[in-house]
Amino acid sequence: MSNFALNFADPAFWYSVLRVSTPLLFAVMAALVSSVAGSINIGIEGMMLMAAFWGNVIGAFARNPWVGLLAGVASAVAMALLLAFSHLKLRVNLVIAGVALNLFASGFTVFMLFALTGEKGTSASLGAQPIPRLDIPLLRNVPFLGKVLNNHNALTYIALISVFVVDYLIRKTPLGMRMRAVGENPDAATSVGVSVLRIRYLSLVLSGLFAGLAGVFLSMGYVSWFARDMTNGRGFIALAAQALGGKSAILGALGALLFGIAEATGFTLQSLRIPSEITNMIPFILTLIVLVIYARTRVKSHSRIQEI
Amino acid sequence: MKAVETINVTKVYPNGVVANRNVNFSVEVGEIHAVVGENGAGKTTLMKILFGMEKPTSGEIRIFGKPVQLNSPHDAIALGVGMVHQHFMLVPSFTVAENIMLGIEPRKGLFSLDFKRMEQTITEYAKKMNFELPIWEKVMDLPVGVKQRVEIMKALIRGAKILILDEPSSVLTPQEVNELFAVLRNLSKQGITIIFITHKLNEVKQIADRITIMREGRVVGTFKNEELTESQIVELMIGRKFEYDISKSEHVAGEPLLVVRNLNYFREDRAHVLKNVSFVLRAGEILAIAGLEGNGQKELVEILTGLRERASGEVLVDGKNVLGLRPWELRRLGISHIPEDRIEVGSALSMSVAENMVSDRYDRPPFSGRIVYRKKNVIEFAQKLIAEYSVKVRSPTTLMRMLSGGNMQKVVVARELTNAPRIVIANQPTHGIDVASSEFIRKKLLQMRDSGKGVLLISTDLQEVLQISDRILVLYKGEIVAHLRNENLNETELGFYMLGTKRQSDEELKELLNV
Amino acid sequence: MKKSLAFLEISRMIITILIALLIGYIFLLFSTKNVSEALKWFLYGPLSNQRRFVEFLNNSVPIMLTGLALSLVFQAQVFNIGAEGCLFFGGFGAMLVALKFPQIQLVHLIVTLFAAAVFGAAWAFVPAFLKVRWKASELVSSLMMNYIAYLLVLFLVNNYFRDKAAGALVSYRFPQTAWLATLTRYRLNSGFFIAVSAAILIGFLLYFTKYGYQIRVVGANKKFGFYSGINVGLTVFWVQLLAGALAGLAGGVELAAMYRRFVWQSLPGYGFDGIIVAILARNNPFLVIPSALFIAYLRVGANIMSRMTGLAPEVVVVIQSVMILLITAEALLDRFKKKLIEREAMRNE
Repeated sequence: MSNFALNFADPAFWYSVLRVSTPLLFAVMAALVSSVAGSINIGIEGMMLMAAFWGNVIGAFARNPWVGLLAGVASAVAMALLLAFSHLKLRVNLVIAGVALNLFASGFTVFMLFALTGEKGTSASLGAQPIPRLDIPLLRNVPFLGKVLNNHNALTYIALISVFVVDYLIRKTPLGMRMRAVGENPDAATSVGVSVLRIRYLSLVLSGLFAGLAGVFLSMGYVSWFARDMTNGRGFIALAAQALGGKSAILGALGALLFGIAEATGFTLQSLRIPSEITNMIPFILTLIVLVIYARTRVKSHSRIQEI
Repeated sequence: MKAVETINVTKVYPNGVVANRNVNFSVEVGEIHAVVGENGAGKTTLMKILFGMEKPTSGEIRIFGKPVQLNSPHDAIALGVGMVHQHFMLVPSFTVAENIMLGIEPRKGLFSLDFKRMEQTITEYAKKMNFELPIWEKVMDLPVGVKQRVEIMKALIRGAKILILDEPSSVLTPQEVNELFAVLRNLSKQGITIIFITHKLNEVKQIADRITIMREGRVVGTFKNEELTESQIVELMIGRKFEYDISKSEHVAGEPLLVVRNLNYFREDRAHVLKNVSFVLRAGEILAIAGLEGNGQKELVEILTGLRERASGEVLVDGKNVLGLRPWELRRLGISHIPEDRIEVGSALSMSVAENMVSDRYDRPPFSGRIVYRKKNVIEFAQKLIAEYSVKVRSPTTLMRMLSGGNMQKVVVARELTNAPRIVIANQPTHGIDVASSEFIRKKLLQMRDSGKGVLLISTDLQEVLQISDRILVLYKGEIVAHLRNENLNETELGFYMLGTKRQSDEELKELLNV
Repeated sequence: MKKSLAFLEISRMIITILIALLIGYIFLLFSTKNVSEALKWFLYGPLSNQRRFVEFLNNSVPIMLTGLALSLVFQAQVFNIGAEGCLFFGGFGAMLVALKFPQIQLVHLIVTLFAAAVFGAAWAFVPAFLKVRWKASELVSSLMMNYIAYLLVLFLVNNYFRDKAAGALVSYRFPQTAWLATLTRYRLNSGFFIAVSAAILIGFLLYFTKYGYQIRVVGANKKFGFYSGINVGLTVFWVQLLAGALAGLAGGVELAAMYRRFVWQSLPGYGFDGIIVAILARNNPFLVIPSALFIAYLRVGANIMSRMTGLAPEVVVVIQSVMILLITAEALLDRFKKKLIEREAMRNE
């Protein structure tokens, strides 16, 4: 037991937290950007998966991880456009469209994996290069925090920065104001000539961008291969984490870190011989708890009809 | 020059309703032009077309003489058209400044919002237009009259030369209406064209230069204000000399059906919305609760019908306190509810008329056995009701969403009045529907009263209240300030109570529980 | 006009299927030189011999049941997609009872299948309860329960019920009294008849009983349902439990008939297929029968193609997702619908 408690004083643990939180940070930003404008992006899971696949594979073929990154993000954005088109133009129910796209991504990536590599498990045979880590001289000699913050994958730093970028976007830019208006009262936006359609398209595309970054990290930063369904529910966990934070990017990021802690704790528990199936359950159970807390702390209306 | 002109405009909605038929309409620059007609005549649709919110099925629109295609409000705004909607289109959590500036935000640098310049611009404009606005307050905290000014400012600041207002006075107190009219006259003097929709004919006579009358989607005619009297306008609106043909028999007070004692309610925002409300509803009478919107009626109805909780006090039916019971229990006790919102609450649009008619009794014979749902019986029953209530619909299996407002309401009323209720709570039962349906429903409520039921009528329509009620309670800021018998009633006096300028003494009100 | 609207719906369905198949065809073009061979196996494979035909029918069984589960919740406008987890947990329940319950002929089997349904319903309890009590999103909670079911059951089976004598990671064999019969030497799953009967029963429930009316009203407008006196919370709750039971039954039937052990090391995907089945069937339980058969046909066709040509069978998922999008696209053929309505309205002038 003391081993377990000591774990939290070890900077290596917190380093690991930041590392595993990276995809969630991006994914939460993806969830936030779309939900602020009123569309819940159920398809983040599928967009992440597509980005993970194409990032790794194109990166391998081009022998350049950055090209891979661009390809991965592009594929996620393409899926986001497809989602937006299906929902906004063809008027498919947003949840159904998201579910359909997730199914599509799941099958499509396995299909292409086999078609391009002949493997059905992972793309390790391609020998893709990962996105590099960054050693920041300033942080090298800082005690404790230095070990926690230094030597992360470049994408981790990008993730942390994007939290602040998204926060600024939403609160302090005209685009952010329009997105919030569209999310809260689309009629108000229409009445002043702001195109609700365009804002929603844009928000889904931005969402795809961040989902793409999340996916690319999975297959090019965390490990450097793609495996089927490697997103493992993170896209949905992000939705729950974002719900905690409401319109605040900072709070949403904290939610993501919370899950990162849960996952990293899982690793610690595994090293203490607790079976991996049980430790892997932690993030999902945590999501349930978060969901309940969020639901309970909402301001409850006295109107029974509203509360149904 | 004509500021606005429509030539043969027709609009058919996706559910089949023909809202505008070959409408030829025009407004001169700088005039104040009123568009009147009963509910469902097509006025709002026409305005929505002029503002680019709806596209006409056929016909031409000209703005300042030029034929135009309006694909969205964006296009209309660019051409100088602005609209103030009946239901405000504001973002509740945004400040006044943010609402006004949405879409034309001043920027600092490339990306940031320039809040300071927002403030400057709005203050300047407000001074020009001669009104004040609390710029940094959140819209959701503001009273209705101020919200409307925000809407007007929204239009003007975008350079609107044509201002369309949809039922602007429906949410204002008489004082606020006068303020609004002063603003409108001022704008008209500055050359801005004003078009407004209303069904309040006294206001039309007060301020309009010319009047266009619409009926059943067509334009009946356009006249100068001085050419018509109010009753002539009504005649043209209805198509015949219409007078409500409603006669009331003697009021015989029966036993108390519903006793409300010391009902108090604090809303989620801590506002003390209902203060010690007490009254008795007796068998064989129509008790009206009059008052301007926003004085607690909505919450009162929701509490009495089981749709809102956390109220304290007593609501007695047969001596039992039913406060806090849920709709199914209340219905079983014989309380029916005609809701204010027939679409969101009163019906299921995607189901058939027949299915809508039995939603409160589907689980009982003859509509269901122990397990089985007897569709045939439901349809038969619906057919009977459709005939009895003159619902204009092709068959009982037609989907509810295909019906017009008046017919939808008749379905709701049919359902609520035929489940052998003892108490009927009718909330704005004729709001937004055509006059013929309105008359029908009022007569039905009188029938309920004559057969010994108790009807609690909540209505902001004074004409309705005076026509059919036996007793009237006036609700002002959550309190009952007057209790009057509907005999030789002075409308002005009633108005004073509604405005809160007058109230009855506690002595007079004590009668309430003893009548 | 009703007839022309119906005609429009049917043509939409057909066009959708054709477009989806076309897209599948294009994918095949990109992944193999021998497209006609692949296509042949894909389109005719399930009909090519009796064994394959039976394989096709068998494949429809679990997804017919999960399709039923989902059509029920979708009718109530509840987005609980936890059928996968309920199926997994239901299969686990079936295994428990199969291995532990006294081996009485027939009774054992009935209790086994019943347990599968009960375990499935129990697993649906969590999202149902969270939704009704705290208005928590049933979409996210049911998805989480899918993952948790997978991990939990896998842990329990692999650590406490693993048959070490068998070659793979599977549970002990079920005793013969817990076997669901397979018919003929091609092993037609008799659960097929259970599934079809269930579809008819659920269809009857939905359209001919008062409980079904309740579910449909809640799905149409829950505010209206509440105001009319329907207990919306209870309805939303039970509909999810019933759906969970059906999904659990699917798991039990599949294990008791086809494998006679717990064999799954990953989520079999029947729960997600159920979503497509339900959508294709427009949430109508009666139509779930042909819908499940159609999806099963595509699946088995793809599998046969895969076995014969070595291509990955996942191309069928591409076809399915395209179909979902096209079928639920309200805007498709909307223009025609609008013109129809406009013409009709003008005619009445």
